[in-house]
Amino acid sequence: MSLDKATVARIARLARISLPDEDLAPMADELSGILKWIEQLNEVDTAGVEPMTSVVGHPLHHRDDVVTDGGCREDILGNATETADGYFVVPKVIE
Amino acid sequence: MSTSLTSLTIADARAQLGDRSISARELAESHIAAIEASRALNAFVSETADRAIADAARADVRLAKGDAGVLEGIPVAIKDLFCTKGVLSTAGSHILNGFVPAYESTVTANMWREGAVMLGKTNMDEFAMGSSNETSYYGPVLNPWRRPGDNRDLVPGGSSGGSAAAVAAQLCLGATGTDTGGSIRQPAAFTGTVGLKPTYGRCSRWGIVAFASSLDQAGPMTRTVGDAAIMLKAMAGHDAKDSTSVDVAVPDYESVLEKSVKGLRIGIPAEYRIDGTPAEIVALWDSGIAWLKDAGAEIVAVSLPHTKYALPAYYIVAPAEASSNLARYDGVRYGLRVDQGDLTEMYETTRAAGFGAEVKRRILIGTYVLSAGYYDAYYLQAQKVRTLIADDFKQAWQKVDVLLTPTTPEPAFGVGEKSDDPVAMYLNDILTVPANMAGLPALSLPAGLSSQGLPLGLQVVGRAFDEETVLRVGRALERAAAFDGRPAPWWRSN
Repeated sequence: MSLDKATVARIARLARISLPDEDLAPMADELSGILKWIEQLNEVDTAGVEPMTSVVGHPLHHRDDVVTDGGCREDILGNATETADGYFVVPKVIE
Repeated sequence: MSTSLTSLTIADARAQLGDRSISARELAESHIAAIEASRALNAFVSETADRAIADAARADVRLAKGDAGVLEGIPVAIKDLFCTKGVLSTAGSHILNGFVPAYESTVTANMWREGAVMLGKTNMDEFAMGSSNETSYYGPVLNPWRRPGDNRDLVPGGSSGGSAAAVAAQLCLGATGTDTGGSIRQPAAFTGTVGLKPTYGRCSRWGIVAFASSLDQAGPMTRTVGDAAIMLKAMAGHDAKDSTSVDVAVPDYESVLEKSVKGLRIGIPAEYRIDGTPAEIVALWDSGIAWLKDAGAEIVAVSLPHTKYALPAYYIVAPAEASSNLARYDGVRYGLRVDQGDLTEMYETTRAAGFGAEVKRRILIGTYVLSAGYYDAYYLQAQKVRTLIADDFKQAWQKVDVLLTPTTPEPAFGVGEKSDDPVAMYLNDILTVPANMAGLPALSLPAGLSSQGLPLGLQVVGRAFDEETVLRVGRALERAAAFDGRPAPWWRSN
């Protein structure tokens, strides 16, 4: 399948990556090239095949429902560009 | 003196540290000097000389007390995908600009507990997405190897290219890598070094910047198979913080290395003989077959019919998981932030400025294949194909103990040669990706030189959690190949 500019703009929006208008067409070409190559998967007969969910096949462990970590607010906030009163700060969302 | 210290194997260094004929401090110092003289390779994002000296001092105390860990006093480099407490961790990306973790990845914590000495953080393809190390925000790493008589720069492979270059150029005794589709094995093959991708679940992924969580696995990069065995023992083990890390005993890999391969059944998969593979790669493969036969192994032809679909399936699964994993880079909690407009605009401009071209491509592919209306056609189909790929291997294990293949379809290529054709770049991983799709352990070791004088690798793939047999066969090949090639040190500044 080849992607058009509008589709690329839509998925860029979904992915929260701004793409300037002039980049849409080249990106559409690149992604279409990759998807065209990927589509050889359609020739594989997968009727009745279960999709892979885990390569390991080991059961997941249960653990006790107890607090094992925490009390490290300064560590968590330490790499943020902007914080205030122990919170992350983002641009104003609600008018 | 300093040259000879940097050319030691981990096994030799361990012996000399153990009998106190060398100190951890002088071993660290000689490596620090080598790194400083080798900046032309661009193998490191961060050099941590002070930390190395402090680690070495601690190691010397423990060695004197007879209280040494598995890697006591061994100077290592860490791929910049591992979070290291108090040390810049970038994943090769601008979006993690200035990120200094407040925690330590489990694998590196295991290595420090065993006494390893940290020399620095190695350069890599951005978020481990690449096969040439050219996608790093910090610029490409150069391969220490060049074609004899030709001074053009070659890529070291990727994504663990900085680690591979550092090991090959003798800037560390070993390094960590991660392998999602070949990112340990392909750069190992390109630089004449040994790289081992363990079984999925063998090493904890906790604290490693996530790319594709169902495929990512950490492993050692070294100059000998024996050194890979030593390092893996220190890195591996169950970790309650990674629910996919498996609670099985970590064997003493070193103890089985010299065991004969007599009677082992070596599978040769017909489908890995891809059209257009250079004759010299096929010839190297044939040599590997002959060496194992001479050592008493039985050679068995096998078929893995879905091999050719592993790479396209990978380019659905990996970008899909990446698009989800990389959603966390939002400019709010860490890393780069570009303040512009409202919240959504801030996200969009931050991510546009922070991610490089290849990462954007993969996030967009992943977003597309997971989006409404396309999920079944792409993602679900890829996961079904993945089941078929894993089933192919299961069938093979009925007949053979390991598989032998080439690691890459070609030797190292030139910087810039493939950067404008994504699919041509992806094809580099065609022989390594199937093991990731099935979660299997796989080793690359240097086995010869191309007609142009560049290293070529052979790959050994084994059953899940049977790294022992993989290493044992690798050791037999290493012995027979007797690869002793070394790049001429054109990059040294003194």
